[in-house]
Amino acid sequence: MIGVLDYRAGNAPSVMYALARLGLDATLVRAAEDAAAVDRIVLPGVGAAAATVASLTEAGLVDVLRDRVLGDGVPFLGICIGMQIVFERSAEGPADCLGWLPGSVERFPDTDRVPQIGWNEVVTRRRHPLTAGWPARPYCYFVNSYHAVPHDAEAVLGVSEYSVPFCAMVAWGNIAATQFHAEKSGEIGLRVLVNFAGWSGGEC
Amino acid sequence: MLTKRLIACFDVVEGRVTKAQRFQDNIDVAAAFELAQQLYADQIDEIVFYDILASAQRRRIDLDTVRSVAEHVFVPFTVGGGIRDLDDMFAVLKAGAEKISVDSMAVRNPDIIRAGAEAFGTQCIVLSTQVKQVGARAGLPSGYEVFIDGARTATGLDAIEWVRRGADLGAGEIVVNSIDCDGTAAGYDLGITRAVADAVTVPVIASGGAGDVDHVAAGLTDGGASAAIISSILYSPRLARNLGVRELKDGLTERGVHVRPWVVLDD
Repeated sequence: MIGVLDYRAGNAPSVMYALARLGLDATLVRAAEDAAAVDRIVLPGVGAAAATVASLTEAGLVDVLRDRVLGDGVPFLGICIGMQIVFERSAEGPADCLGWLPGSVERFPDTDRVPQIGWNEVVTRRRHPLTAGWPARPYCYFVNSYHAVPHDAEAVLGVSEYSVPFCAMVAWGNIAATQFHAEKSGEIGLRVLVNFAGWSGGEC
Repeated sequence: MLTKRLIACFDVVEGRVTKAQRFQDNIDVAAAFELAQQLYADQIDEIVFYDILASAQRRRIDLDTVRSVAEHVFVPFTVGGGIRDLDDMFAVLKAGAEKISVDSMAVRNPDIIRAGAEAFGTQCIVLSTQVKQVGARAGLPSGYEVFIDGARTATGLDAIEWVRRGADLGAGEIVVNSIDCDGTAAGYDLGITRAVADAVTVPVIASGGAGDVDHVAAGLTDGGASAAIISSILYSPRLARNLGVRELKDGLTERGVHVRPWVVLDD
């Protein structure tokens, strides 16, 4: 059963619609006891990093998420802001992020229109179960003013470019995340969700 | 490289997509969820849905129809019409929209832009504007005036000053909808689209008037827009021939406009 984090600033419904369309069993996670009952977790996100962390904190979900993902090793997929907050800190706000992966989140330079909104090309750096079945260099839908800068280059699964090259996808052990909206990237994005549902949490 | 977007626009009345001309004389086209499903299969980049009577009728947005569309499209989906406050925005997002479009209500209460951006992020708030060329005069230096309530009410606001203010308040995208060109299939108003694109740093969306591939290409190049709203081309019963999304994109690619390519996935 896939648990989809549902918090005030989130967009859980879009992810739930996508999973339903794919015939995948999913349930909303709103409280600590919900998180204990699922065997994989999606953290969707829109909006601001600080608001997202605050929402999760208020719902009492931060500790249980850490226990399930870092402790029990359940497969985790962060989306958009759900990717950014797994790092240590964001230039967007003063609040700390979850700090599961070493790295920071930086703002795009103002050399192009910010936020980036639209379909951009993703180039994968290696083969990974989450991108199985993808064509070469697919386009995915991004909406972001900030982008993650992982400390470990090996954590970067896919890159894209907007004014600067940036990390579009990370995968590190059982923690994976997409800066693009997997639930809104057409059939390419849905493929990531299908792959996630069958993913053991490893590299192959 | 980021591609230019094609956005299908639905003017919805009681769950059905309609097509107007200069904001009037709406003709029925199809059920919103059916057309959404069809356009998703045709690989449209994005869909925007306006509950066009909500604002004039002072009622809340039709959430059942929003939900029925959101269940069928896995590309971005913006909803507007009758959004009055944060609770309305929250309800629309929870019904499956990614972005909220504000228009008349934002003119009446500009603070709704700031409040929405603060609560949900600037990327979530689209400021849609209905603009009409009225000639430059004192207080209207651009010669374009902002109208509201389905182009029925003049506001006295200058279009360029209003979009700048909207972007400063936190709008993440600006839609420039030309009242003069709406539904005419004679092309976007490139002058005001370009002027807005030059005035703000957020993405600008051309709207109103596209009737063929050349019009769309012009909006995305000369008009300086990041995205083009289309509706007549796709499904207006007034046009002798409608084009599919794929045909449009092929035409744009031929004209050197970079769009998301057609995707075929193996099973």
